[in-house]
Amino acid sequence: MNELEEFREEVAAWLQQNRPAQPDFLLPETFMEVGTDSQFHFLRDWQQQVYEAGYLGMAWPKEYGGGGKPQVLQDIATQEMARLKVPFMTNTIGLNWAGPLILAIGTEEEKQKYIKRILSAEDIWCQGFSEPDNGSDLAAATTTAVRDGDEYILNGSKIWTSLGSFARYMILLAKTNPKADNRYAGLSYFLSPMDVPGIDVQPIRKLTGEYGFTQTFFTDARIPASCLMGNEGEGWQIAMKTLTFERGATGGQAGGLAMNQMSVSDVVELARRSTREGRPAIEDPLIRDQLIRFLTEEQGDRLSGVRAGIPALVSERPAAIPMSGKLRGTEHKRRLFQFALSLMGSNAARWVGDSHADRGGLWPRSYFNSFSATIGGGTSQVQANIVGERVLGLPKDQG
Amino acid sequence: MAQVNLKGTMTFSDEQAMLLDTATDYFRDKFPMAYVRDQMLSSSGYEQTRWDEMVALGWSGLAIPEEFGGSGLGLAAAVTIAEPMGRALAATPFLSTQLFVQGMLHGGSVDQKNAYLSQIAEGKIGTVALFEDSGGWDLTDVGVELIDGRLKGAKTFVVDAGVADWVLVSARRDGELVVVVVNKADLTGSTLEREVVIDETRRSYRLSFNGTPAAEVLGDASTALNAIRNAALLLIAAESGGGIAGVLNVVVEYLTTRTAFGKKIGGFQGLKHPTVDILIGLERTRSHVYHAASLLDAGEDAQAAIHMAKAEASDSFAFAGDRAIQFHGGFGFTWDCDAQMYLRRALWSQYSFGDAAYHRKQLAALLL
Ligand SMILES: Cc1cc2nc3c(=O)[nH]c(=O)nc-3n(C[C@H](O)[C@H](O)[C@H](O)COP(=O)(O)OP(=O)(O)OC[C@H]3O[C@@H](n4cnc5c(N)ncnc54)[C@H](O)[C@@H]3O)c2cc1C
Repeated sequence: MNELEEFREEVAAWLQQNRPAQPDFLLPETFMEVGTDSQFHFLRDWQQQVYEAGYLGMAWPKEYGGGGKPQVLQDIATQEMARLKVPFMTNTIGLNWAGPLILAIGTEEEKQKYIKRILSAEDIWCQGFSEPDNGSDLAAATTTAVRDGDEYILNGSKIWTSLGSFARYMILLAKTNPKADNRYAGLSYFLSPMDVPGIDVQPIRKLTGEYGFTQTFFTDARIPASCLMGNEGEGWQIAMKTLTFERGATGGQAGGLAMNQMSVSDVVELARRSTREGRPAIEDPLIRDQLIRFLTEEQGDRLSGVRAGIPALVSERPAAIPMSGKLRGTEHKRRLFQFALSLMGSNAARWVGDSHADRGGLWPRSYFNSFSATIGGGTSQVQANIVGERVLGLPKDQG
Repeated sequence: MAQVNLKGTMTFSDEQAMLLDTATDYFRDKFPMAYVRDQMLSSSGYEQTRWDEMVALGWSGLAIPEEFGGSGLGLAAAVTIAEPMGRALAATPFLSTQLFVQGMLHGGSVDQKNAYLSQIAEGKIGTVALFEDSGGWDLTDVGVELIDGRLKGAKTFVVDAGVADWVLVSARRDGELVVVVVNKADLTGSTLEREVVIDETRRSYRLSFNGTPAAEVLGDASTALNAIRNAALLLIAAESGGGIAGVLNVVVEYLTTRTAFGKKIGGFQGLKHPTVDILIGLERTRSHVYHAASLLDAGEDAQAAIHMAKAEASDSFAFAGDRAIQFHGGFGFTWDCDAQMYLRRALWSQYSFGDAAYHRKQLAALLL
């Protein structure tokens, strides 16, 4: 057995021994659905434990609290977390996009101040990009930051802020220069504290009935001028860089699971337990055909991840696989859960809380929650535009 | 039990990378669309000079072990030829010959392999005759009979039969499945009738036997048939992957040049988004193909991977060809538009050796 395999066994053993017991409440499936204090504390404790055991941020620099080890070890640890279906790392925005961003372009002081506490989940991070009137069209942001001495004064509102109720910091895109030559040049990027007077969060109820994200209001909120990342006017470039981390098109993330999601195998298992006209649903030829379609898709995407690492097999359009990953993966999951409901007959209509609902009503909830990923982080339609334009060179939508 | 376990292997050697590069350049330079269209009118569907070039490049013998005169690089090497060949819609006897090779390699005796394979590496052409009038894809559903060493009955969709030096034919002898070799010279007594098929680059024949002598009977019919089928599925999937890449380029070219309502039509999401779907189908197809090829050459169980590759390739190519017609508007409805060339190839490939639904059914039996 080589070192990597030994390491894989070590992680697996640790995870199996230390995984937290199933709580008596439903856990969220992704960081975008953390809605209650008990969910949050459960997940935060778990992240802390994983970090302390050395299985998170393994490839981040040692001087900032990382492990200073090769990326391949973190990848193995993350794979084992997925395989063993342990809970996800709740500080996803910090671990996977704010953190790598700070490591890539932040100052020494910023790295010292933020990185370790992202890993340990002491500081939860959220993202203030979308606004009530501007989401897909991010550059139209209207929240303002006005310089006043050694402070900026914030006014306006951000919305759909995942983890907004729990966050200590926000990556914030705001307008510093309303008179700039173009709308991009007027934007700046802040690493803003949340616990200052004038920043208020209002939980928003989700389509599932649970809570999970917030609207964030800024009313003459003053933050230190040192919160500005880079220079004024660089906000758009930094936001775009953030999105490459967020969409997984660039590496450098701390690792760890960002979500717990079911796969086709879980739906196959459901088909074995369900019946159609008195026979196991798994025997129905139409259902079999559908399940195989999903498996073929899932396997194709998994293999594409492998092929992306073989330069000779992606030479024509190297960006095609990484840039289409979010679109492929999230749409696949949405259709998979939509299909899963159809396996349960009229029982598909049972919701969370019904005593006869299969797995506590997890299926319809998963289907509903799957939209978080087809909308959040840039909708599928916008993703398709991006792939069409940047990978295939098709003309832009507008203008 | 519930977990469906599929492997994630993919290997691609420097040698394969070089082959893929060479073949990509070769087919792009030697088989431009105007040339391919010209060849549709010729009787054999290809020019001997092209075949001689391919043989000289060593491609005929790629999958033939060294002891039988080939280069021993396995079927995965043949995949790197089939993909760019499909992209150009080039029709050569390459595929048919590879199927003959696999049948002989897995079903023939050492003497038989010695007798045929080195000659194949040197440029002889082989093909397989497996299908019959029912149009079914079950290779054990065989009506042709072998009685006293002579064949009776008919085979359909025998590709390149007009130029083949040898044909591997499946038959029944006293009810038992056999695979036999028929020599070109012995085909004179039987009738060779060209079929009119949807893909006009192909040359497909109906072969009726009337006491045609079998030169050889292979030792192991079911192993031979299985090997032929797997090779066919993999190579057709590879060729289809190439076809999707080819038609995608045709579509992108039109979407970035044609104007309507004052803007380039590629700016319309009704066209842009399905074109992205074509790209996604292409990426998934290539991943399945190179995975299946890796498993097969490593001697691992590749059955599910091969079915998946064919299913994904077939559906994705058919979708791409279909959308390519639509996205060219009135021009798309014409003979001159290349979109029809790809749709024809896509449908030919879809219905060769089993369509996507057929392979999903096989997969269900394996995995569910
Ligand atoms: C669960 C969840 C969590 C989120 N978390 C965060 C967060 O933490 N921080 C944050 O800043 N934001 C967050 N978001 C917001 C998310 O990024 C936006 O909702 C998303 O970018 C879409 O913006 P919008 O809601 O304004 O929709 P709109 O932009 O108004 O879009 C409405 C519809 O129009 C379509 N559309 C818009 N433009 C185009 C176009 N050019 N071409 C084709 N179709 C188009 C969209 O696809 C969509 O279907 C979250 C969203 C969800 C659902």
